Amino acid sequence: MGRQSLNTEEVRQMLMHVADGMIASESLLTDADRAIGDGDHGVGIERGFRAARERVAEDRFENLAGVFLAVGTALVGSMGGASGAVFGTFFRSGGKALGVATEWDSAGLAAFLEAGLDGVMQRGGAKPGDKTMIDALEPAAARARALSGEALDVALASSVEAAQEGKEKTRNMIATTGKARALGERSLGHPDPGALSMTLILRFMQDYVNA
Amino acid sequence: MSAAKKILNDPRNAAAEMLDGLVAAYDGEARKVGSGSIVMNGLLEGKPALLVGGGSGHEPIYHGLAGRNLADGAACGDIFAAPPPGVILDATRAVHRGKGVLYLYGNYAGDVMNFDMAAELAAEEGIEVRTVLIWDDISSAPPERKKDRRGVAGLLMIVKIAGAAAASVDTLDELERIATKARDQTRSLGVAMKAGSIPATGKPTFELPDDELEIGMGVHGEPGVERAKMMTADELVPKMLDRMFADDLPLGDGDEVVFFVNSFGATTMTELLVVNGTARKILAERGIRVHDSVLGPIVTCQEMAGFSLSFTKLDDELKRYWDMPCSSLGYSKM
Repeated sequence: MGRQSLNTEEVRQMLMHVADGMIASESLLTDADRAIGDGDHGVGIERGFRAARERVAEDRFENLAGVFLAVGTALVGSMGGASGAVFGTFFRSGGKALGVATEWDSAGLAAFLEAGLDGVMQRGGAKPGDKTMIDALEPAAARARALSGEALDVALASSVEAAQEGKEKTRNMIATTGKARALGERSLGHPDPGALSMTLILRFMQDYVNA
Repeated sequence: MSAAKKILNDPRNAAAEMLDGLVAAYDGEARKVGSGSIVMNGLLEGKPALLVGGGSGHEPIYHGLAGRNLADGAACGDIFAAPPPGVILDATRAVHRGKGVLYLYGNYAGDVMNFDMAAELAAEEGIEVRTVLIWDDISSAPPERKKDRRGVAGLLMIVKIAGAAAASVDTLDELERIATKARDQTRSLGVAMKAGSIPATGKPTFELPDDELEIGMGVHGEPGVERAKMMTADELVPKMLDRMFADDLPLGDGDEVVFFVNSFGATTMTELLVVNGTARKILAERGIRVHDSVLGPIVTCQEMAGFSLSFTKLDDELKRYWDMPCSSLGYSKM
């Protein structure tokens, strides 16, 4: 029997684990972005998740929305760049959808990912197929919705797989937004760094849930 | 490739330390606002405000264009990253004098998202904000998709003209109109020869073989439109100008322009002057009159080697604002 859900304190710890993982992924993300953008994505993600980690390290939160919003606000406030707006909006919009809930289960995962996706699409104007983080997030949200009756660990593991597949598909997409847009067909073959970050965030969540 | 040699303290704190040094260089004429902005002191009352901004690492722009008859303030992000909404909002409050604020910055997804978020927050406080995006780079999209073009070196003329207008006009409508006109009359095209590096990682922003150059590469090293073997100024400059003349801004006999030859950082004034000599002959052959020339490293990308050509086509109104004196760290005019 796997994990059915996490309480607010466990979600806080999970997000600390995600922050540690993202900070450690700086070099990987920098290299991915150098192939296709201006090479600043890794540094931005590291700066953002350091701020997020600091923000949630000492605090205690009343509910799930509180802790996700704190992470999103820290990302928006510290990162700047497209990534700050996009990933900050993802955590903030997703968090808001959880209302006053204090237990994060698979239905909560689906609600979080779907609302996060809506927020990001409204903010950036990108849509699936544009070679952005949305191409990892959108299939992950759909998978989570399909499995929203399962245990959290089952739904999350499958969502990570969907995100990973979506990220790999961005290799065959031509960038139409962001600094990679000017590459046109030369963006083919490289995965989108934002889709890679989105996949990593979910994978680090999964690590914590499985631990 | 060996790592870049840079004189810094903590490379991850380079943007913040740069800003402190920048504010100090204004000798009391400007101040630091919030964690990431520079704002001029003693702004004229009753005027619409001009706020520029963007990622750091391209000094002296954008923050070095805060000045007299230039931008009232600038919101600075980290190296190559748009400033966060909170930084932009702090600057917005500081430059607002009851007549609203014009955001004027380069058309990059990150800048647009963060400035838009700041504009929404400012509106909640009752500060009217308008936005004019700079999209002068002809290599990043065809003319019919202007909104997909990046903002590059031509920002100098656009900010200069908008700054003069901001000090002169009384309404945000007028400022927006003039900034939009200056933007629509400006075109740029760059060429890259060697990458700059990100201070925090020491890694180059792109790879380019030693014997090649790339036309149309962006100031962040975004890949361009044509890669070729190294060539002479007399071979390269006509190629670039032909692309610029083929764009949708008609330029011909008797037209007047401001002509700007910009270094991305490592390309020397010697080279810029050689390029300028070649370019001026071609402009003269077409009957295009250069009203004013600007040469130098103003829109840079660390130690990137390369340069760009920009022009703004003047009419009487734009010429009047261009001719006003201005002073700042990045550009001054008597």
